[in-house]
Amino acid sequence: MSRPSVESATSRVQRLLTMVPWLVSRQGIEIEEAAAGLGITEQQLVADLDLLFMCGYGQMPDEMIEASYEGGRIFVTNADAIARPLRLSVDEAISLIVGLRSLAASGAGESSAVERALAKLEEATGSIPGMERVVVVEDDTQVGQTTAVLRDALAAARRVHLTYVVPSRDERTERDVDPMRLAHVEGHWYLEGWCHRAQDVRLFRVDRIEQVEVLDEASTPPEGVARRDLSAGAYQQGAADVPVTLRLRPAAHWVAEYYPVTSRTTSGEDLVVTLPTSNEGFLRRLVLRLGGSAVISGPVELRESVATQAAEALAAYSSP
Amino acid sequence: MAAPNTPAAKTERLLNLTMSLLSSRIPVPKQRIRRMVEAYQLVESDEAFDRMFERDKEDLRAMGIPLVTEDIGIFEDEQGYRIDQREYALPPVELAADERAVVGLASRAWAHATMAGTAATAWRKVAASDEVGEDPFAGLEPQLGGAEPAFEPLKDAVLTGTSVRFDYARPGTDGAVPRRVEPWYLTAWHGRWYLVGHDLDREATRVFRLSRITSAVTVTRDPISVAIPDDVDPVRMIAAIDGREPSQSPAVLRVRTDAGHWLRRRADRVEPIDDQWDRVHLQHSGLHGFASEIASHGPDVVVEEPTELRDAVVDHLRAVVDVHEGSLR
Repeated sequence: MSRPSVESATSRVQRLLTMVPWLVSRQGIEIEEAAAGLGITEQQLVADLDLLFMCGYGQMPDEMIEASYEGGRIFVTNADAIARPLRLSVDEAISLIVGLRSLAASGAGESSAVERALAKLEEATGSIPGMERVVVVEDDTQVGQTTAVLRDALAAARRVHLTYVVPSRDERTERDVDPMRLAHVEGHWYLEGWCHRAQDVRLFRVDRIEQVEVLDEASTPPEGVARRDLSAGAYQQGAADVPVTLRLRPAAHWVAEYYPVTSRTTSGEDLVVTLPTSNEGFLRRLVLRLGGSAVISGPVELRESVATQAAEALAAYSSP
Repeated sequence: MAAPNTPAAKTERLLNLTMSLLSSRIPVPKQRIRRMVEAYQLVESDEAFDRMFERDKEDLRAMGIPLVTEDIGIFEDEQGYRIDQREYALPPVELAADERAVVGLASRAWAHATMAGTAATAWRKVAASDEVGEDPFAGLEPQLGGAEPAFEPLKDAVLTGTSVRFDYARPGTDGAVPRRVEPWYLTAWHGRWYLVGHDLDREATRVFRLSRITSAVTVTRDPISVAIPDDVDPVRMIAAIDGREPSQSPAVLRVRTDAGHWLRRRADRVEPIDDQWDRVHLQHSGLHGFASEIASHGPDVVVEEPTELRDAVVDHLRAVVDVHEGSLR
């Protein structure tokens, strides 16, 4: 987590007032672990401890905080006056309460624990005016149920059996997956896991999981397999991809934003893009869906196959 | 002691003042505070000390530290200062293991950098005295969004009930238009944040998607003038503008047995026609979007009813054929 390069005195005081109770309950914690837990650098932590050593409720030695980090372990004592954290600010209270509401809404947290935790937090923070107008809603209960099952499987480290539908390829498959994590990206939940069918790490959008069954087998993703970086979205590009050239009318310009195109030029108000794909079926469906606002320039076989499919589909409507 | 007039010196002084006032059970007179806090002793003139002390008191109060002033003189009106430990300290939040796990998870829900930092601080306070346990949710990464820059000021405006100004880009239009809004609800729906409020220029209730706010948000000092009507349902309004309103229109499709998996998933009823085709009954929402979806299946899905859906699909497919003209052999 990054902090502004110059921290104001008041921000630092607030940070230290949170840090002292945290350290007081973790006597002997290693510097590295404490810095990670507090979200600061080790250098900053040492500077903070040096400063705390100069503070107290008076100037006599027995009134001063004892803060030491000799041998790489931190001890903070004689800090009774600030051994409890300051009450939560409105923003702090909101961050946890709205966070809990989002868990309740998404089904990601065990619901009775979320309800109990909310009640306790709201009691500790007191009522915050306007709080009821910051709302989190999720109305897709089936996704909530599937997420809850996957969350249990993840916590218990168990393999799952999925029935999974991929609309863009009109495909329905069954696979065994060792769950690695559940992530929420751009409004959708995804399960990332080791897919035994693909023998690779795969992302599964939770709303496309038709059925999930928790198996008796333990989840054993191979060691060292990497999680995907989801910060740029969930769409994955394959290795053996064929470049397809598309001309996009303005109504289809979103395609260039949504899929990872490798080149784009403008031509009048059209965009001409290259979209590499390993799956012709996916691209054919995309172009049929776009209804004339996207044209395949090449490869010519794909262009023909789209035109043929559209004509065949139309033929079904001309017969009596 | 840190060099005077540096942020470190001020940090030290404010901490010393806080600890001194927290450890005293009775209000402390100003002159005694001056003797307790080293930095105050080093200030030579009374005026300079008074100014410094006034500023420090304001700083502590701005941090949410409950510093109170009380009369302590019996015969003269001398004042004393105090921070009540019970007012200052967060009451212990006794969380059971499963509750602690979900609060920890909630604190990691935010994608927004500032809110994520705030939530991490809040979690450190709540879990200050807890053992560092194993995280049962390792691997679960919720994202509450709120990454839009407009989130923070709008959250403040909703909580304080003050009106806001910002530029807003409506979908399908060029450029952004200034809007003046009295904010009512800030709502997260399907991972996105929306503001529902009273649009002062249009004199009507409006929904704004935070990601479409193109300018900084100005929080005015004007309090809300229009009371929130009882019948405002933010979720329904958001669903209506973002095209995920409940499916309502019935349709009947002929679908090849090995195709249309996503359509089947939403079906009310699937009945076999022969060994190649099934008849799928389902509900849909927008006609145009649904026609596109059906067209994407090519010859594998054929509309039986209603007629307007059939016509929309035919138009859609004809457009595909037209733009690819010359490709058919």
